[in-house]
Amino acid sequence: MKTFVGVDLGSTTTKAVLLDENCEVIGRGITNSRSNYATAVRVASQEARVDGQFTLFRRAFNDASRSVDLEGFLGDLERAFRLEQFLEQLDDLERTCLGLVKGERFVGVESGIKEALREVFRRLRDDAVDLYAPGAKRKSDFFRDIAGSRYHIHAEAVARDAKVPYDLLINVYDKSIIEVENRPPAGELSEKFRRALGRIPISESSVESRADLQKLIENALGVELEETYLVGTGYGRVTLPFSKEHIRSEILCHGLGAHMMYPKTRTVLDIGGQDTKGIQVDPNGIVENFQMNDRCAAGCGRYLGYIADEMNMGLHELGPLAMKSDRPARINSTCTVFAGAELRDRLSLGEKREDILAGLHRAIILRAISIISRSGGVTNEFTFTGGVAKNEAAVRELKKLIKENYGEVTININPESIYTGALGAAEFARRAHSGQGDGSEA
Amino acid sequence: MTIITTPKTAPPKEVEKDASMVKQKEMMAAHYDRLTSAPLTGEKVASTFVPGNLNELIMCFGLVNNLPEVNAIQNGLRRQSGAYVLEAEKIGHSEDVCTYVKSDIGMMAKGNIAPNGRQFPNPDVLLLSYTGCFTFMKWFELLREQYKCETIMLHTPYMGDGKVTRNMIEYMVKQLKEEVIPKLERISGVKFDIDRLREYLKKSAAAENDLVRVLQSAKNKPSPIDAYFGGIYYIGPIFGAFRGTDDAIEYYNFLRAEVEERLAAGKGPVTPDGDMGKERYRLVVEGPPNYTHFRQFWKMFYDEGAVIVASSYTKVGGVYDFGFRHDPDKPLETLAEYCLGVYTNRSLPMRIDMLANYVQDYDADGLLINSIKSCNSFSAGQLLIMREVEKRTGKPAAFVESDLVDPRYFSAANIKNRLESYFQMIEQKRAGARAAA
Amino acid sequence: MATSLNGHGCADTVARAQALFEDLTFAAAREWKAKASERKVVGYMPIYVPREIIHAAGFLPLGILGGGDQLEVIHGDAYYQSYICRIPRSTIELGVSGRLDFVDGMLFPSICDVIRNLSGMWKTMFPNVYVRYFDVPQNYRDDIGGNYYINELAELRHDLEGLRGKPITDDELRHSITVYNENRRLVRELYALRARSPWQVSAPEAYLVLRAGLVLPVEEHSQMIREYLAAATKEERPRRDNCRIVLTGVFCEQPPLNLIRSLELAGCYVVDDDLLLITRWLTADVPTEGDPLQNLALAFLHQSESTAAKYEPNLKEKGQHLVRAVHRSGAEGVIFACPSFCDPALLERPMLQHVLKDAEIPYIAFKYAENSGQMQPIREQAGTFSDSIKLWSGR
Repeated sequence: MKTFVGVDLGSTTTKAVLLDENCEVIGRGITNSRSNYATAVRVASQEARVDGQFTLFRRAFNDASRSVDLEGFLGDLERAFRLEQFLEQLDDLERTCLGLVKGERFVGVESGIKEALREVFRRLRDDAVDLYAPGAKRKSDFFRDIAGSRYHIHAEAVARDAKVPYDLLINVYDKSIIEVENRPPAGELSEKFRRALGRIPISESSVESRADLQKLIENALGVELEETYLVGTGYGRVTLPFSKEHIRSEILCHGLGAHMMYPKTRTVLDIGGQDTKGIQVDPNGIVENFQMNDRCAAGCGRYLGYIADEMNMGLHELGPLAMKSDRPARINSTCTVFAGAELRDRLSLGEKREDILAGLHRAIILRAISIISRSGGVTNEFTFTGGVAKNEAAVRELKKLIKENYGEVTININPESIYTGALGAAEFARRAHSGQGDGSEA
Repeated sequence: MTIITTPKTAPPKEVEKDASMVKQKEMMAAHYDRLTSAPLTGEKVASTFVPGNLNELIMCFGLVNNLPEVNAIQNGLRRQSGAYVLEAEKIGHSEDVCTYVKSDIGMMAKGNIAPNGRQFPNPDVLLLSYTGCFTFMKWFELLREQYKCETIMLHTPYMGDGKVTRNMIEYMVKQLKEEVIPKLERISGVKFDIDRLREYLKKSAAAENDLVRVLQSAKNKPSPIDAYFGGIYYIGPIFGAFRGTDDAIEYYNFLRAEVEERLAAGKGPVTPDGDMGKERYRLVVEGPPNYTHFRQFWKMFYDEGAVIVASSYTKVGGVYDFGFRHDPDKPLETLAEYCLGVYTNRSLPMRIDMLANYVQDYDADGLLINSIKSCNSFSAGQLLIMREVEKRTGKPAAFVESDLVDPRYFSAANIKNRLESYFQMIEQKRAGARAAA
Repeated sequence: MATSLNGHGCADTVARAQALFEDLTFAAAREWKAKASERKVVGYMPIYVPREIIHAAGFLPLGILGGGDQLEVIHGDAYYQSYICRIPRSTIELGVSGRLDFVDGMLFPSICDVIRNLSGMWKTMFPNVYVRYFDVPQNYRDDIGGNYYINELAELRHDLEGLRGKPITDDELRHSITVYNENRRLVRELYALRARSPWQVSAPEAYLVLRAGLVLPVEEHSQMIREYLAAATKEERPRRDNCRIVLTGVFCEQPPLNLIRSLELAGCYVVDDDLLLITRWLTADVPTEGDPLQNLALAFLHQSESTAAKYEPNLKEKGQHLVRAVHRSGAEGVIFACPSFCDPALLERPMLQHVLKDAEIPYIAFKYAENSGQMQPIREQAGTFSDSIKLWSGR
């Protein structure tokens, strides 16, 4: 089937969205951004395709109206698939590490290090199954994060037992991980799914036989997710890895993405990690006006990052603590550089942490409202996207400020808003292909 | 699978220089030579400002006209201004103030070297043409403190009500008659000859006629000129030390002929990379350009087929495209009118009118504002200007931010991002209009 | 507690002044206007307008100094980039939030390009309000700048006559001059008292009493100053071991009251300043006989304060007004407090600092915004300055 791919190269993460011809989202993928942009794009696209594959599976099952524990089964399949992916990359990492054990540094210890490496990876492979067991909690879904933390733990133990230099093991890892990460994903998706399927035990309560399940999966796998057209977007990249006709500005993608999620939206506020955008869109999702704060950390997610550091808290803990306040402190300096000083000042004066935090949340929202004001104000409906949109204290302040200054306005917040840009890009891809013409000439 | 490509960089092209470009280069070089030779030749030097530049009057006294703004621009284009600004800030000047001033002061602190590598002379007089910008007053007070030279205040009242009044003209003429001219006489040792002034004014008017033809050629499609980046070169002689000279007349003669030739051939504007390709976007621009990254900034436009058809900055040293010409029949009044009419001396409603009319008259796709951090005269109110022009023309506007000559405030990625979004916005509007049709 | 003529103590007067200061709805001015239908209100921004002419029309001149630190700016930010000072955006906030809906006219003096352009913005945004950019001459010859200015004053008078619906007579103008002369005299007296005994007249109190003059009818304000002066001279207030400084740079966007307080708390008595220059812009009595507009013009040309927005034609004179202010008030140093992005204050500062250096007057400098919240760094700087003055002056 035809799919239209939108890729959004952000500074921290790269997102991809797959749309079908009916404007429905088939799949979403996300990965950490990395130095090789082309690889980041491929990985994100593939993740989206994997997600898309599951959508197809779901559709196949629903069509066939089987009375099987669908979600349970698909959950098993996904975990097994992820495990396959992880093991594949582990193999790659192991090969790469082993290959780097040469040269002056390793004179005399070559075989010892290689032996230790093999042991570390054996332990990692053993771990892996548990990592992807049902209910297992992972801090992150990105290979670099998972492999990294586990590698360090095992390497330390193995180095101690085998009496080999620990730092050499780390050295080899550090060099390899970048290489591995920047290699484009290999292997056929369908094959991976089949192997994954093989891992799933058939429960006794299942009515269907393995063969039938296999058939359904095979049929779904048989539907090729054709990448009919791709549009990329992203900010701050002097050169995106696409030819010109496949690029759209991230402001337009963001506006259109918000429109796709909420067709009645007219004003969009995006508070990202490093910039804030105020966008006005018309009824067709076309951007009419925009303003950006792309130079100053105040009013961006980074502001909260500084606060979290100052208060020695996790970023996700800020919101809940701020929510406890009903008397936000009036913070006058919105400059991030002084946020810490202001914080310390007030703490020393005996003000409560939650009040100060609530005030700081208000400060960041005030800055964002400035950008919105400059872009044309707030028109119903209002969509709020970006990481900060997940912060309840920030959302509370936003709602208050909008109500006070613009009256009753519907405020839309989508937990998947991180995909807004990629969604818009995918829609641009679909429009470009169908000749709807978004006006961009080749 | 969609092809993922890495864009190639094009090899630099060999660009032929037009006669007007050659002439301008010669004029500038000769002028800097004359300036830096003044201590040897005994010529006296007057410093003044571009808005309210009474070049014809200055020439009547045989004075050499030094324009610190132009020097700051030269420093910016040659990427020296960054160091000068830092130097001025080290000495104690605030980060918030005009970077032309800081570039000038920093340059002075670092040897006061002109673009030709020789030292600038100390001015014999500062003609403080207080026109269109508050900072000018402080700039020359600072220079006066440094050079301890005579300073002449010429106050150009602001057109707050959108018009010139008799009171304003009388005030200015009186200042010219009883302060400016007598003082210049004394300092230069040359007696004022009003007929000499008339001669210069006649020549100014001639050059102005050709300049306006050139500016208005942008009404054509495709426009044969870029009225902003290209425009910086076109306004050089008329705004600088050459208005009223035969050189300027010749320059504008050449320029007009070249432009008419391009027009006849259906060519677009000349750019540092040669002729621009297909004209895809026509823009009106408000605000000064950035000078430290001038080429890079320009390239973001012509690479996309975007040409600027009209700009407000090319009127900062005088507005000629609404009919005003220097008039030899009323020499002092005409100097006053000239000063009163410069762009930055016009009220905000007048500026909105001008820009909205440009968008309509030059059939532009919209208004782009380049907001300069350190210039309050231009920047304060631009957001309102933007919205008013959008309202009046129904066409989209966009806003980018940079600075005159402080390179720290030019972020290519930011600006490119906003520009590209703007171009795509225009495309979308066109597509929408096509679909509706 | 010491009381004055009407039994008002310092505290009462100051409390009243503070209430006026904090009221961003301008209730007092609204009430004044509501009492009679011929009454109108003409707002003005820093630094100086001839209030006499407004008063002569039977109108109330209303000083607008932005919204201070109590006003959150939401809509105002739509009009200004971040590298422009705060006073115009909070003034616009006052405007678009309806707080100035009773104001019939606005005067924008020639102080800088931001306020200058704001006059045009106001015309565009509030087309039903009388708006005038009020230009003052930078040439001080009677027959040149003077003539120009008299004509400007005549135009203003003419416009206000239009608003009034009937002429403003010369006698009315002379009367207004008399009344404002008295007010200025009282302001000078207040400054003189403070310079003599700053512990009797604290800087924040003086500020509030002076600031009330921007929203009250001048006659009431004069009475308020009289009451305060009488009470202040009677009250016994503790002396602090503070140094004495002149505060400069604060002529337009106002520092938060807390900032003024903090200076004093940190060890600096403010014995002179350029806050609210309009209250004493004309430094001597304006003659009440003869042509009132001419008198006002000549007073402006030859007997007015100096400030950054005013050209100083004589190099030797440049900055001397500050030196004189230091000597006159017995100050020991100068504090430059400039609003962020303020062209007049910041461009002027280096020149003034050179002059002070030559006169061997110590100084410090910092920036603020009208809504600055952090007083700690300011207290530290001012405190250190105070200590260093006391240490090095051999007290």
